[in-house]
Amino acid sequence: MSKTILLGHGSGGKLTSDLIKKSFIEYFDNPVLNAMTDSAVININDKLLAFTTDSYVVDPVFFPGGDIGKLSVCGTINDLAVSGAEPVFLSAAFIIEEGFSIDDLETITQSMREEADKAGVRIVTGDTKVVNKGQCDKIFINTAGIGILERKFENISTGNDIQPGDKIIVNGYIGDHGIAVMGARENLKFEAEIVTDCASLNHLIKSVLDSGADIKFMRDITRGGLATIVSEITANRKFGITINESDLPVRESVRGMCEIFGYDPMFLANEGKVLMIVSAQSSHKALAIIKENKYGRDSAIIGEITPDNPGKAVLQSIVGGSRIIDKLTGEMLPRIC
Amino acid sequence: MKYIDEFRDKELVQELSRKIKQISGKKITIMEVCGGHTMAIHKFGIPSLLPGNIELLSGPGCPVCVTDIRFIDRSVAYSRLDNTIITTYGDLIRVPGSSSSLDKEKAGGADVRVVYSTLEALDIAKQNKNKKVIFLGIGFETTTPSSAIAILEASKKNINNFFLYSSHKVMPPAMAALLDEGIKIDGYIGPGHVTTVAGAKMYDDLTKKYNLSIVISGFEPVDIMQSIYFLVRQLENDKPKVEIQYKRAVDYEGNLIAQHMINEVFEPRDDWWRGLGVLQKSGLGLRKKYESFDAEKKINVRVEKPKEPKGCICGEILKGLKRPTDCSLFKRVCTPSNPVGTCMVSNEGTCQAYYNFKF
Repeated sequence: MSKTILLGHGSGGKLTSDLIKKSFIEYFDNPVLNAMTDSAVININDKLLAFTTDSYVVDPVFFPGGDIGKLSVCGTINDLAVSGAEPVFLSAAFIIEEGFSIDDLETITQSMREEADKAGVRIVTGDTKVVNKGQCDKIFINTAGIGILERKFENISTGNDIQPGDKIIVNGYIGDHGIAVMGARENLKFEAEIVTDCASLNHLIKSVLDSGADIKFMRDITRGGLATIVSEITANRKFGITINESDLPVRESVRGMCEIFGYDPMFLANEGKVLMIVSAQSSHKALAIIKENKYGRDSAIIGEITPDNPGKAVLQSIVGGSRIIDKLTGEMLPRIC
Repeated sequence: MKYIDEFRDKELVQELSRKIKQISGKKITIMEVCGGHTMAIHKFGIPSLLPGNIELLSGPGCPVCVTDIRFIDRSVAYSRLDNTIITTYGDLIRVPGSSSSLDKEKAGGADVRVVYSTLEALDIAKQNKNKKVIFLGIGFETTTPSSAIAILEASKKNINNFFLYSSHKVMPPAMAALLDEGIKIDGYIGPGHVTTVAGAKMYDDLTKKYNLSIVISGFEPVDIMQSIYFLVRQLENDKPKVEIQYKRAVDYEGNLIAQHMINEVFEPRDDWWRGLGVLQKSGLGLRKKYESFDAEKKINVRVEKPKEPKGCICGEILKGLKRPTDCSLFKRVCTPSNPVGTCMVSNEGTCQAYYNFKF
């Protein structure tokens, strides 16, 4: 392992998980953290709370369809929601570079407010730090969030109930966020603008949970992309996952960009996508409910849990060949969120 | 997507798979020379569509993989100089040298910038007149023309703080070297992009000498399956020749304008290849006329003595003698995030393709 931090350590892929194990878990070591779920699940007087935090350093701060503020609210809400919790309160902390425009700051806080209102959560505490010019890049935001978790959804964040036959659903086109940010950063002009998919998914998730559909596991698909998640889900498990490439929803324009830059859409970042593992019996019902939501219209069943290839995620390629899907290694595109 | 979906047609691929199984009887070994093919073959799961008697081997055609450790060491040494900016294509920064890599030097404060084109590097030179800007030129006939363009531009516009450190290479000497070593290769899947530039004529000497089957292939699954079908057909009928499958891009003469630019700027020289050693006339150095842009001639540095990583068998993998799974470091010590050898660094490298895609 490298003795210094490399950009790849922030990619959300393999380097990140190695670093977390070696430099954080090793020292913070406790059962709640060690569960390594999207949100920590805390038991207080027999009430379950989900608690999570995330920092945002996206470059550029404004990009098609969103900005760092919207991202910082959606991201934390989604981390809570995929744990099966109902998000209620957020904190917001700002590290701002000297010289940053107050108008821009207020555009950001305005969009945070709007997103929080839409999601039905409140930002109830915060912090501000300003650093000398050059000591951070424009503005970094940290948000933390608390959600209420019903006991019947306790196992969703661990995936302990997953079994062969379960179906895998994704709520729409993958890769939009990664390409939108890259396009804004590199000043690429697209024929049809590619905008971020950044959205709070708590309402969508709640509607599925409320329907009684048998949801086994959920995770928001962010850095590291779909590939990283499916490979993490199968690691050290007694089941495998098969993903059908031809069923993956990928926008034509995103596919085009991937062809040009050599990216794989399965590794691209998203900010409004959730991967759900649902029992086979519940899958069509769940899919129908997700499709009714604005953020789920293009959702699809993309694969299933298999008894074969235990511990492995396998792609059934578009031409019928099969191969392994592994975690993102190294850094495709730094500072995407 | 037009021009892509047609070449990823499942029915067509399955049909080719059936046809190959029908006519294939001999046990044959096919080497794909180009790293782009290696990646496509594994990404689309091509091996799972072939009969067991056809073996696919990856060859020395990934630019990063064949880059010798001496080149990395010298680049690292350049990056440590004051007032110097290193510009490079992305993959190279993660290749380990004898004791460091550009990635590590960057984390330590060196100015190393990833660019998508040589002209971007040239722009950086224009904007930083008080610094030396060195572009690390790697790759075959596909990337050499863009290095040539940068040199011609720099010369025309008198951008005299721009330098090229060339490790550009040509393909046929390496293809010949493998056969000279006695490695059993029945046919080559020829590099599509390289041949688009250099033309199928580049294999004339090779086929005369070795009586070889070469099918120059495109990069989509239908292309690759059809190329394998052509190779099997040639080999089953004992009629080896050069065939062009990738007709929509490749012809006999190639891109004469690009060839002219390469000839104007570069001249052949002997060069180091990882695993293969020094191959005669396999590299391209800047001609005397352009030596004021030649980093090797104009920028002196002390370079450490090369020390190959212990246990790494990249060299033998590049020659098709061994497979990544034969390596004791593979997946244990050597991973894409902590690569020991070049073949694990590049996403076109055999080791990374095995790591990412292979059961």
